[in-house]
Amino acid sequence: MIRSVCVAGAGSIGSLFAGHLARVADVSVLTRRAEHADALNANGLRVSGRSDFTVRLAAATDPDDLPEPELVILACKGTDLEPLARRLAGHFPAATVMTVQNGLGAEEIVGAHGDWPLLSSVTFMSGTRHADDHVEYVLDTATWIGPYRGSSGDDARAVAGLIASSGLKAEAFDDLRPAQWSKLIFNATVNAVAALTGLPHDFHFAQTEELSDLGLLVRDLVDEGKTVAAAAGVQLWEDPWEMNVLATQRGHRHYPSMLEDVEAHRPTEVELITGALVREAGRHAVPVPLHTALYRLVRAKEAGYS
Amino acid sequence: MRVCIVGCGAVGSLFAANLAQLDDVEVWAYDAAQAHVDAINEHGLRLSGAGEITGRLRATSDAQELPACDFGIVATKAMHTEAAIRATAHAFAEGCVATVQNGIGNEEVLAAHVAHVIRGTTFPAGKVVAPGHVQWDVKGDTTLGPFEPQPAPAAEIARLADACTRGGMPTHAVADARGPQWRKVIFNASTNPVGALTLLAHGRVCERPDLRALVSGLVDEGKAVAAAQGIELDSDPEALIDHAAKPEVAYHHKASMLQDVEACRPTEIDYLNGGIVRFGREHGVPTPLNQAIWALVKGVEQSWQQ
Repeated sequence: MIRSVCVAGAGSIGSLFAGHLARVADVSVLTRRAEHADALNANGLRVSGRSDFTVRLAAATDPDDLPEPELVILACKGTDLEPLARRLAGHFPAATVMTVQNGLGAEEIVGAHGDWPLLSSVTFMSGTRHADDHVEYVLDTATWIGPYRGSSGDDARAVAGLIASSGLKAEAFDDLRPAQWSKLIFNATVNAVAALTGLPHDFHFAQTEELSDLGLLVRDLVDEGKTVAAAAGVQLWEDPWEMNVLATQRGHRHYPSMLEDVEAHRPTEVELITGALVREAGRHAVPVPLHTALYRLVRAKEAGYS
Repeated sequence: MRVCIVGCGAVGSLFAANLAQLDDVEVWAYDAAQAHVDAINEHGLRLSGAGEITGRLRATSDAQELPACDFGIVATKAMHTEAAIRATAHAFAEGCVATVQNGIGNEEVLAAHVAHVIRGTTFPAGKVVAPGHVQWDVKGDTTLGPFEPQPAPAAEIARLADACTRGGMPTHAVADARGPQWRKVIFNASTNPVGALTLLAHGRVCERPDLRALVSGLVDEGKAVAAAQGIELDSDPEALIDHAAKPEVAYHHKASMLQDVEACRPTEIDYLNGGIVRFGREHGVPTPLNQAIWALVKGVEQSWQQ
């Protein structure tokens, strides 16, 4: 049974993990800003929305000021992962480290900075961060966890069990790649289309009647992704097109993070998501002209405001 | 000779004011913007910039006021063609109607309402800065030729071209105007939406090698569709794209589609990339990139209705 967890990076996803897990384990939070740590230490962390409670937890900007955890959850945005992993180098040698970033390649980035056993995960839950010490739990969809380096399916099941006992949804896999790739293809498609059109993930993404309907583009993008997965020897866990259609039927107009990023003129995760898919395609000599086009457009849009 | 400009925006005004310099041409203008119409009737139509002239002409927003005309020159935005020609067709019962609009498919719309149609392409550009006042940004040539299924007589095309040239708008009458038209459509469809999606001016689109490669991918599809119709481009759109990217030409130019997107106005995408896709399907030429760009810009338009 895991008794201590450090959540590194407390945006909305990190805050949701930290808040819920603090109900079943000792939780510490590693933040980037001192005010963020101060607010958490002074006020605790409030979770509203689908959950409603406030927990006490320890927060600091220096890993040396935090107790040694058994599990570290790296919950920062993909664009912040490299500097965060560098800050953790040499710390928490006995811990298992789990990445939650979108896309592909987070494990390699972290693995380069230490010998920790690594777990992979992808999460479908979502939240809105209202303040340093307040997060709203919005979508109660699951986090999927699997072994990566120096870890086993049992380790993944232990973490999934802990997360489930805290009130979030989690599932363990002996091989996460089928699930990870399903989400990669889904994200590469939906995030890039949303970022370029300004549309939240709504019914337009599933419309396929007219030649100019966005659903046709979404389906073609998903098909390109499936071809890459097949060439990489990955059998998908879920059909990303069906994930897309289901998500648009939920009635909740979800704003993908890449859309929020371009609207706020922040760097996007396009390198870890669409960039990763395009590079995998290149590695397996699979042409992906549509993902390549979207990758170039999103990067250019970022360049326009950065 | 009596000529009616149908749609007296920037490009229409360039034709109207220049033609009005000629003693042997009576110029009428039909436009929906009442303030513009009133200003033209009161003070004349003023051009400034690349040429400084004022044209005296009759303007109206009431199509019933139009007398029988020898020629119409349609210069509305492509999505307004149908309504504009339906309202004015009676004036051209014995005349010929030319289009100098962007995109492809305008001739087909005109031909449903008038007997003799002239295919046209024009490069001059400007913008309406105030009612009755248009800034003339770019000078350039116009090409006129027959619309093959319902052609205007060659002598009439030559007569209109001669008048435009004498008025100050250099115009060529040719036997096949499809080459220049497709060159311009390919140029517009390959660059304007890329700028509109990334919010980058023309020069900045072209200086990013990856984005420039996307532009070339769009150009190649357009060329294939032109070739499948037996259309010989009068020159390579790539050369026009590189020429326009020069600092002294149009590096900083925001294409009309980018201006439209910034103002949340409907774009001409249906007649640019949409036209290439439709003609491509008719001739069995795949156009996946143009279709993707079409869907993305339609998505941008849909995002304004949220």
